Amino acid sequence: MTTTTEHGLASGPTPRLSAGLPAVRTNRRRFSWNTALRVILLLIAAALTLGPVLWTLSTSLRSPSESFKLPPSFIPWNPDFTSYGQVFQQLNIFLLVLNSALVTGLIAVGQMVSAALAGYAFAHLKFRGRGALFSIVLATMMVPVQVTIVPVFMLIRGMGLSDTLLALILPAIPTAFGTFLMRQYFLGLPTELAEAASIDGASPWRTFRSVYAPLAMPGMAIVGILAFNFHWNEFFRPLILTISEQNFTLPLGLVSLQGNLGTGSISVVLAGVVLSMIPALVVFMFGQRALQAGLTAGTGK
Amino acid sequence: MSTTIPPQERPRQAARPDRPTPARNRKTGTGRHSQRWLAWVFLAPTILGMGLFTLIPIVASVVLAFFRWDIISAPSFVGFNNFAEVVQDPTVRVSFLNTIVFVVVAVALQLGLALALAIMVQEKMPAWLRVFFRSAFFFPLILSAASVSIFMRYLFNEQFGVVNWLLSLVGIPAVPWLTTPGGSAAVVILVYVWQNFGFSFLLFIGGLASIPVETYEAASIDGATGWRKHLHVTLPLLSPTTLVASVMAIISALQVFDQPYVLTRGGPGDSTRTAVMVIFESAFQRLEFGQASAIGVLLTLIIMAITAAQFRLSKRFVFYQ
Repeated sequence: MTTTTEHGLASGPTPRLSAGLPAVRTNRRRFSWNTALRVILLLIAAALTLGPVLWTLSTSLRSPSESFKLPPSFIPWNPDFTSYGQVFQQLNIFLLVLNSALVTGLIAVGQMVSAALAGYAFAHLKFRGRGALFSIVLATMMVPVQVTIVPVFMLIRGMGLSDTLLALILPAIPTAFGTFLMRQYFLGLPTELAEAASIDGASPWRTFRSVYAPLAMPGMAIVGILAFNFHWNEFFRPLILTISEQNFTLPLGLVSLQGNLGTGSISVVLAGVVLSMIPALVVFMFGQRALQAGLTAGTGK
Repeated sequence: MSTTIPPQERPRQAARPDRPTPARNRKTGTGRHSQRWLAWVFLAPTILGMGLFTLIPIVASVVLAFFRWDIISAPSFVGFNNFAEVVQDPTVRVSFLNTIVFVVVAVALQLGLALALAIMVQEKMPAWLRVFFRSAFFFPLILSAASVSIFMRYLFNEQFGVVNWLLSLVGIPAVPWLTTPGGSAAVVILVYVWQNFGFSFLLFIGGLASIPVETYEAASIDGATGWRKHLHVTLPLLSPTTLVASVMAIISALQVFDQPYVLTRGGPGDSTRTAVMVIFESAFQRLEFGQASAIGVLLTLIIMAITAAQFRLSKRFVFYQ
């Protein structure tokens, strides 16, 4: 943490501030001091935010015997991949990744399709009870998953799906928030498109399939990215709905690995944590804007 | 049609008045029908899924709260007994109290931190630096709470943890973070805020961007500077965002589970046990599904009451432009 801050101060904004602000006015100098103080505080906050993640990465690249050692490392100078080998031995990580990918992928695709269809119906199709039905869909967002988990667990048992991946997938596909997002998205597209299509003799289905659905891809991508981020990281439902280790998802497997090892070899557990972060990192790098747009959608902005 | 039109042009002419007729038919008659039909087909996956996995479970949860049921034997109706037992149960009481303390402290920290950082980031600085800060504060949101709690447990280790090592550098003796009630509660709060302040930060950034620059210009002409400017201009104009951010932060903090479960399993004693952990334990460890549902119903009522109260308060204190 300290290293990051010092590093940031030394090479970061300070030279830029002095270079970027020629002494045109007398109060410019005082202003730049304010800016410097502000940037220092922000750098400290950023170091505290990123520090733990950097420590996780560099500790996972220490050899298991050195992972306890203080001072801690924040930058992996001599990467040692022993822990990554060991995490593959101690944990059936292929299976965990496969389970997580299957569950997350199918939920994401299921949400994208079902939310696009329902969102389109609420936005552009006329039917009796549309407003009331949409209000009910929105109202379900207020009920926390923990409150419905007991009956969902019973239902899954009754359907003969307990301790299967489908138990995780099926209940997560209907999405109130995704439907809301897609409705907003379709409402943002001009209605003239539908009119033009119907004058050309297109059926309502063709209007959706050939005119609106292709235009809705960016909205569907937001729904998919949100679903991916949420369900890849999900812990509560898998903890309850899966029993045998062969159906565990990554977060569950990692927590049980830490439990088994106690404080044994930090670096092995952390290697698993780092591996589980990779897909999230990819989303962060390529879908950050979509993710931010989706997370803050419907908050009055 | 008219006989003056040459025969080769007739089909084209005739096609024009003919064409709109089927389209008009679709619009008025079959069009409506097929639209309605299509609407229900499109809604089917969402409505059926929600009915099965959300609406029925909500009703079932409320009904189940009045029964005693352990899955094995038949459920028996017990009236309000579950609620009476739950309200008197010391573990449940402590857990609800813990949850309330957690919500108050964590949400205050989260909103305060997010607002301060958002204001600092929005002021003048190089664009690349602003992008860096925004990404950095957003970053923890993409991680799983379970993974975060796993590495934070090591960081807060009393003997080998980085946090105590850093504190030792400034001469503070080792803090028994995860072995004392106070320390554990602090760790759960810190880890939760670390991961979630970025969400409030995003909301505040959006809210700040919607405040017109002219307002600040007017304020500086009136002589307001620095913190006074923020106190008298930013805070009132930001109050709609603050309301949304606090409602969302409170609702999600009330449901905290992953962090205390992985970090402390609710201990030491019951010091970090939360409301949702008690639902989990009474249902899936003690098989008291009726009691678990009763606790769930209570938690939902609290969430609804807080949401309602906040929107009522907002009418008095929130300033809409």
